[in-house]
Amino acid sequence: MTASGTFGYGVEFSDLVPLEEIGGIIVKGTTLERREGNDYPRMAETASGMLNCVGLQNKGVDYFCEHIYPEIKDIPTHFIVNVSGSSPERYAECASRIDELERIPAIELNISCPNVKDGGMAFGVTCEGAASVVKAVRKVYHKTLIVKLSPNVTSIADIARACEAEGADSVSLINTLMGMAIDIEHRCPKLSIGTGGLSGPAVKPVAVRMVHDVAKAVQIPVIGLGGIMTAEDAIEFMMAGATAIEIGTANFIDPAVTVKVKNGMAQWLECHGCKSVKEIIGVVK
Amino acid sequence: MDLTVASNEHISDHHVLLKLTSKRPLPEMMPGQFVNIHVEDSPTTFLRRPISINFVDVSRNELWLLVAAVGEGTKHIAKLKAGDHLDCLFPLGHGFSDLAAIKSSIRSDKSVAATATVENDKAASPVYGKPDDDYRLRVLLVGGGVGVAPILYQGAEIKCQGGEPVFLLGARSAKDLLELDLFKKIGKVYITTEDASAGEKGFVTNHSILQDEHFDFIQTCGPTSMMKAVARFAKEKNIPCEVSLENMMACGLGACLCCVEKTVDGNLCVCKEGPVFNIKKLLW
Repeated sequence: MTASGTFGYGVEFSDLVPLEEIGGIIVKGTTLERREGNDYPRMAETASGMLNCVGLQNKGVDYFCEHIYPEIKDIPTHFIVNVSGSSPERYAECASRIDELERIPAIELNISCPNVKDGGMAFGVTCEGAASVVKAVRKVYHKTLIVKLSPNVTSIADIARACEAEGADSVSLINTLMGMAIDIEHRCPKLSIGTGGLSGPAVKPVAVRMVHDVAKAVQIPVIGLGGIMTAEDAIEFMMAGATAIEIGTANFIDPAVTVKVKNGMAQWLECHGCKSVKEIIGVVK
Repeated sequence: MDLTVASNEHISDHHVLLKLTSKRPLPEMMPGQFVNIHVEDSPTTFLRRPISINFVDVSRNELWLLVAAVGEGTKHIAKLKAGDHLDCLFPLGHGFSDLAAIKSSIRSDKSVAATATVENDKAASPVYGKPDDDYRLRVLLVGGGVGVAPILYQGAEIKCQGGEPVFLLGARSAKDLLELDLFKKIGKVYITTEDASAGEKGFVTNHSILQDEHFDFIQTCGPTSMMKAVARFAKEKNIPCEVSLENMMACGLGACLCCVEKTVDGNLCVCKEGPVFNIKKLLW
């Protein structure tokens, strides 16, 4: 699948990659109301990765339902909507609107955006906060509920357990790691709000470790992401316990990377005499 | 798309002119659009590098890029040799208005002005028709530093389309003026340098031509401070103006929302909605 915020609504990439070959497209973080996001500059390149502080720029759930959904609903892949909010009630209202869309089989609750003050990560950094959002959404959302977890915590396994206890169907991890970069000539941060979320290959070892921790802690399926660039990276996540993977920042370098990783994984499995991907999931205890 | 380096020529201490080609015919490209280049074997360069299209030589199936070697990524690109391959995504973004679009935008601006005048003073009935078909629209193309790159291609196209391109190029010093011979083949060239080593001394907006001659439209690419000064001049003189922005990009496709510029329509991606914007749309 493609990770939220890195693949637009899929249609931006339709000339560059056959969308129907992608397992799923997780669309840009959607909120109840339109958000302009943070000021420019929102991005800083770093060693083997990048920082961003986009801040959930989106036109709101109504715009999504009325204008974007009709455009994407007949594309033969799975569209999952990433949902964000500033209170459990707002998450729930946004989720209930998306519940009505027939061709959206799942949502990914973003309780881990590090770039907005009034929502997101505040809920993702405590078990109580995470539980409150999942509980509110679970009451109104009837399809597959994925919760995207923040790595900016002491014990990600505890947060995952709290989400599972409130009825989450799956957890995805990791969102970006809080970071900072400084322009030494001007003696100021490179990003408009000072800090941002680090993504790309730089975060991969952190992500693999967290997927490994969470897969052992919960019974629900774990979706792994964080710096996957190649099929070998994806296999690593599967061995750590992920049953599916998302690819994010790599889309910026190669828009067709998801399909390449998928095909590369099939090839790797064949070369290693595996009949099914299930043979490698969680093999690293 | 994989392109092959046909040649790579040093045209100043810090600039190369990279000519790329392909066995397949290159797609149609508009001046102001850009190429997003994957830099291989450079561990510190993670993202693609967006480079403006300098010229397209259709007869030779060549795409030209004028590259300023300023950072690790562009220094790497500057070292490429004939025969090397380059992974490029292109053409991306919205470029400069062509002559037909310039004509129609001038016409719609004038009809708005005419309507406003009629509403304000019913006695007056100025005749605002379309420009005379024989009249060659004068397009002032202002380039600064490596920002001259898309200006060359735009000038060539404006000339082909029947307009009169006039170039105003600014640089720190005479040695920093790029592709001067090519510009001179296309149209009149006026120059400013900060050290007075060529043309008039100062910045482009100090050049006497701006006071002495009439222009119907202005298009510019260069440092933001220069473009803002050009935009101020255009507003004062009531001349429509387009600028090419270079906000830092990650994806180049309008997906990541990193390169946004504040506009009258909210934050817009420079890579997808731009890089060329009419100044009416910007909050400058």
